Amino acid sequence: MDANELLAWARGPGFDIALIIFVAGMLLRLLEVISLGKKPDLSAPRGSGVEGGLRTLLARSLPRKAVFDREPLRIINGYVLHLGFFIVLFMYGPHIALFQSILGFGWPALPSGVIDAVGAITILSLVAALVFRLNNKVMRFLSTGGDYVAWAVTLLPVLTGYLAYNHLLLPYTTMLAVHLLSVELLMVVAPFSKLTHMFSFAMARWHQGYKAGQRGVES
Amino acid sequence: MSAPSVEKGIQFIKAQIDAPIASFFSACVHCGLCAEACLFFTETGDPKYTPINKVEPMRRIWEREFTLFGRLKSAVGLAKPVDEDTFAEWETLVYDGCSLCGRCSLVCPVGNDISDMIRKIREGFAAAGHAPEGLIGASTRAVEIGSPMGVKLPAVMAQIKHLRDNTGLDVPVDAKGAEYLVLLSSMEIMNFPEYLEAIARIMHQAGKTWTIASNAFEATNSGIQIGVSDIARQLVLRVVEAAEGLGVKTVISPECGHAFTAIRWDGANLIGRPYKFEVKHILEVLDEFVGQGLIRTEGMEEARLTYHDPCQIARKGGVVKQPRNLLNRIASNFVEMQDTGEMNWCCGGGGGVSANERADELKLTAFNRKKAQLQALGVDTLVTACANCRLTLEEGLEENEMDIPVVGLTEMLAEYLVEDDKEKA
Repeated sequence: MDANELLAWARGPGFDIALIIFVAGMLLRLLEVISLGKKPDLSAPRGSGVEGGLRTLLARSLPRKAVFDREPLRIINGYVLHLGFFIVLFMYGPHIALFQSILGFGWPALPSGVIDAVGAITILSLVAALVFRLNNKVMRFLSTGGDYVAWAVTLLPVLTGYLAYNHLLLPYTTMLAVHLLSVELLMVVAPFSKLTHMFSFAMARWHQGYKAGQRGVES
Repeated sequence: MSAPSVEKGIQFIKAQIDAPIASFFSACVHCGLCAEACLFFTETGDPKYTPINKVEPMRRIWEREFTLFGRLKSAVGLAKPVDEDTFAEWETLVYDGCSLCGRCSLVCPVGNDISDMIRKIREGFAAAGHAPEGLIGASTRAVEIGSPMGVKLPAVMAQIKHLRDNTGLDVPVDAKGAEYLVLLSSMEIMNFPEYLEAIARIMHQAGKTWTIASNAFEATNSGIQIGVSDIARQLVLRVVEAAEGLGVKTVISPECGHAFTAIRWDGANLIGRPYKFEVKHILEVLDEFVGQGLIRTEGMEEARLTYHDPCQIARKGGVVKQPRNLLNRIASNFVEMQDTGEMNWCCGGGGGVSANERADELKLTAFNRKKAQLQALGVDTLVTACANCRLTLEEGLEENEMDIPVVGLTEMLAEYLVEDDKEKA
């Protein structure tokens, strides 16, 4: 299999397989959670659960001062990592073209020079995340193999995308194929790793916020 | 109840896992920020006290019972076990190293209510026979005698008689149709009789009818702390039956944090139906009385003082502005700690920690956080609204040779009631 064939497989059947595993896997994971259900709260409510749920869903995107003051670098790096990843994923022209082919609609892209810079920042941020994980005693204590796998499969698409765009390390066609394969690896791994948080965070925030809203307490 | 066992512990934990718990586990990214909110971590520096680590046995059970991937891992022998050793190892994290203060839940970026998870995993630990002696004793006494500290009705009646003789104030007992049923905590009966006197004085001035129930005077609910819903339900039912039997409109939870959580939030869920009465914390009632002009105060406390928010009343109970309204009325030099209100730091003795002798040393280490907060402010007096916080604070202050009196807010308010009414009484 030469580079062109590899690219063709990654673009065709490879991508389709990964997409099916990603979608089916995530649906399964979310169903596993939702199907457990929850009992209604019988205590006399003070406020609205729905309001509380929606509020926490949004408000929890900002850190509380009490914890930000203790770990500013880790928290800022968390923002850089997530925002950087979203920008290169959703705002790069060729990516948008792919989404358009699946979803049927697109949106304006950022200039590729900007994406290139954001990609570099995201890679550095991911490296910093690993450094934090290895050096902070709580993170090191909590970390499992799954955390490092999730880190690696997140880094690879950003790194290979950056290398392909800048024509580094491997011939362009080969690197592009590797980039696509790394994305597919991420899609296959995501439902079976902590990367499920990309969806389940919303459920978690909702549940805590709903309860807090009903009780009229902060969340 | 059948004898405790690991199997039973696992079954009980499994039974606690619902959609919220599953969403919390599937959202955790091991960021470790919950540790930064936990005084058992910040004061010991030991990562084992990271809140989400305290529910690791529950995570293992969730993964292997409720996820396909976990079942596969379990089938090929890759799943981490939950056995006698696991329960033994985690017991001190679940009980000694957590006061259920709920601070971690408020900082988790993905929104995990970790404190609630720890409350729930305790059900399994108690069922597996891995609960601390102190809490087992308290729960047994609560069921058999009617009070976790072994307080019996004669002790309450003696306090009431003493109060009547000394002040002439009336303390109605089992008065049908009274508006309020007043509950006490064991500690208020044993250590802080000022509370009942303050209530009698305040109710007198407010012109409200109230009563104590001879069969349900105690609000303390050790079933909640140890994590045995059967006991918690029994203790709540006692109050519900008394309140509904007497036909009161409102039950007043005393200056006790977890008693409020038990009767205000958990109670209806434990007995499986809504109440026929309202439940309010005493501070909510006092703030209403002041707002309606039913009680009037005169004079101001001039000492530099601060307010320690009991976790279950502020963060988990939503009673944050009321104590401040009250203090601003009667204290001219009220200052706030740096982290306060819903982000207060726990005294270290909540969630059953203070009833667990094994945790004494850890509790005092955790107290260093409060000590630092108080030293930063340089206050003369510390006001709070939970008898358990109060005892823990007094103990910590004494241990650290800090001469700061700890006062209950209700009794402090009673001291500043308009004098005329005091005399009339």
